[in-house]
Amino acid sequence: MKWLSDQKLDHLRKVVSEPDFSGTKYSIIKELGSGGMGAVYLAHDRELDREVAIKVLRETDLSDDTKRRILREAQIIAQLEHPGIVPVHDVGSTEDGRVYYAMKFVRGNRLDEYAATVRTPGDRLRKFKSVCETVAFAHAHGVVHRDLKPQNIMIGSFGEVLVLDWGIAKVLSPTSLPDSEADTLKLRSTNTTFSPTPSHVTADGTIIGTRHYMSPEQARGEQIDSRTDVYSLGAVMYFLLTNTAPATRSDHSSAALPRAVEPSISKAAEAVCLKAMALERRDRYASADELSTDVGHLLDAEPVSAYRENILEKTGRWLGKNRFFVLLVLAYLIMRIFFIFTARD
Amino acid sequence: MIKPPPELRSRNGNSQSLMDPDTDIGGPNHRFPATNESAIIRIRSGDRQTRQRAFESILTSYWKPAYKYIRWKWHASNEDAKDLTQGFFAVALEKNYFAAYDPAKASFQTFIRTCLDGFVSNQQKSDKRLKRGGLSEHLDLDFLSAEDEWSLQSIAKDLTPEDFFHREWVRSFFTAAVEGLRERLSSSNRQVHLRLFEAYDLNNENPGERLSYAKLAQQFDLDTATVNNYLAAARREFRKIVLEKLGEITATEEEFRTEARLLLGLELK
Repeated sequence: MKWLSDQKLDHLRKVVSEPDFSGTKYSIIKELGSGGMGAVYLAHDRELDREVAIKVLRETDLSDDTKRRILREAQIIAQLEHPGIVPVHDVGSTEDGRVYYAMKFVRGNRLDEYAATVRTPGDRLRKFKSVCETVAFAHAHGVVHRDLKPQNIMIGSFGEVLVLDWGIAKVLSPTSLPDSEADTLKLRSTNTTFSPTPSHVTADGTIIGTRHYMSPEQARGEQIDSRTDVYSLGAVMYFLLTNTAPATRSDHSSAALPRAVEPSISKAAEAVCLKAMALERRDRYASADELSTDVGHLLDAEPVSAYRENILEKTGRWLGKNRFFVLLVLAYLIMRIFFIFTARD
Repeated sequence: MIKPPPELRSRNGNSQSLMDPDTDIGGPNHRFPATNESAIIRIRSGDRQTRQRAFESILTSYWKPAYKYIRWKWHASNEDAKDLTQGFFAVALEKNYFAAYDPAKASFQTFIRTCLDGFVSNQQKSDKRLKRGGLSEHLDLDFLSAEDEWSLQSIAKDLTPEDFFHREWVRSFFTAAVEGLRERLSSSNRQVHLRLFEAYDLNNENPGERLSYAKLAQQFDLDTATVNNYLAAARREFRKIVLEKLGEITATEEEFRTEARLLLGLELK
């Protein structure tokens, strides 16, 4: 028997852990990434002759009941039609009993990669506003994402903003479900690790990276609602403002203030971020839509609901917003003064 | 003399009660096998032949990692490593030391590595060389191949002894699994399946860049759908063998699941 090199060993381990797609229309091309709960593959859809991204849960042999409930939720999520949502095309189970979701394969950069190249806060906040709008749309349809983080947000080739990973989203609205049973689906909180971020997730499923973007109530395994996503959006905004992930401890109490990390951030932007990330959900924005509105105000240099300005700040913001007009008036006044003095001489 | 360290020794020396003998948690999807398939359980059997077969299973999985570990960690020469490996397993068989393993305290891999360290340390302290001829049991081990493999290896500087032993155990484990696949596919007259598996997953010098199914189809004079089906079947069989072998060398369902997760990244339910 020929000696197995480390490279071949790793390959054989993958052969065993790779899902068996033989009974489906997909052929795996390569692994795109893996996390605590599963892996993402680039696959070829042989029927439609196109490339798709497939997420496969690591757990094998799920019960029929669990599979059925996951399918029901996937059906609801598949109905979300929005330009910012990469929908679930297909859901099923492999020969070895693992659940998978097939989605459109998106080419582009993840938000964290995008942030590494785009330094202007305005551009970053514009992308962030699009994310808020997409999430607000989902909330309006009773769907909570549960795993919002820069790695799950893509900036497409044409600058479009896409929110990924709806495969494990939670459907909250009981009226939109075929029956009430679907609302009882309880996936473990570690589901949130299901993302292509191998360096952030340990082999035994312990959350490392995604904890930074997870609300305290979700980390504690409590009931979640749309404000859970608002917290995660706040954490994404924190990342975009400071270039670092918030909260380094699981109790969420030690997050450094954004301005302590990046002093150039405005007080208003910090206040918006902190309101979204409030530890108690009642202190947060009531919806992603409200957060989006405040981010829009930040971009337009309008007052935001999260921060009460003093007169100096109001003046400063007004001057900043009307810079061109102020300069024009100043130039006019200087010219007038100049003409007055020259006429007198 | 091999003495399991105190922290790994069973309190009452009898761990049979850990598994309910009537429990059959095997199943169609390769869960933990019934207790009579686990070598770690069978090594405690009252029947000498059963014990002997269980020992052989453990020996197959562990002798090469043990040899290379002695070479690497204890800086032993080729000849010394041979004697120590031979001595360790011969004494373990004679005294049935592996029966003292308690799954509640550590994994079997940790147990065996700790025993090995204790054995080598005692040998070095007493300077009492165990010569192969002096042992009552002589085990037929292919040290030449082990030494060849050792000479081929490049070892990362920051590797810990635990990681090194584990890595070598994984290598030994998968080598046995590939052999198992060869036997199974050959005996069931599925040579084409085997050759496809070898070409695609085993002999491909750059596993990161996979051959296309179309290329394989051309090479084997098959259509791509057949290549897809045969390869999937071979891989399925391989997966089954790997999980069977994992069941053989783990003592409890929990250990089996933990090893499956660590070794393969699989969450078995």
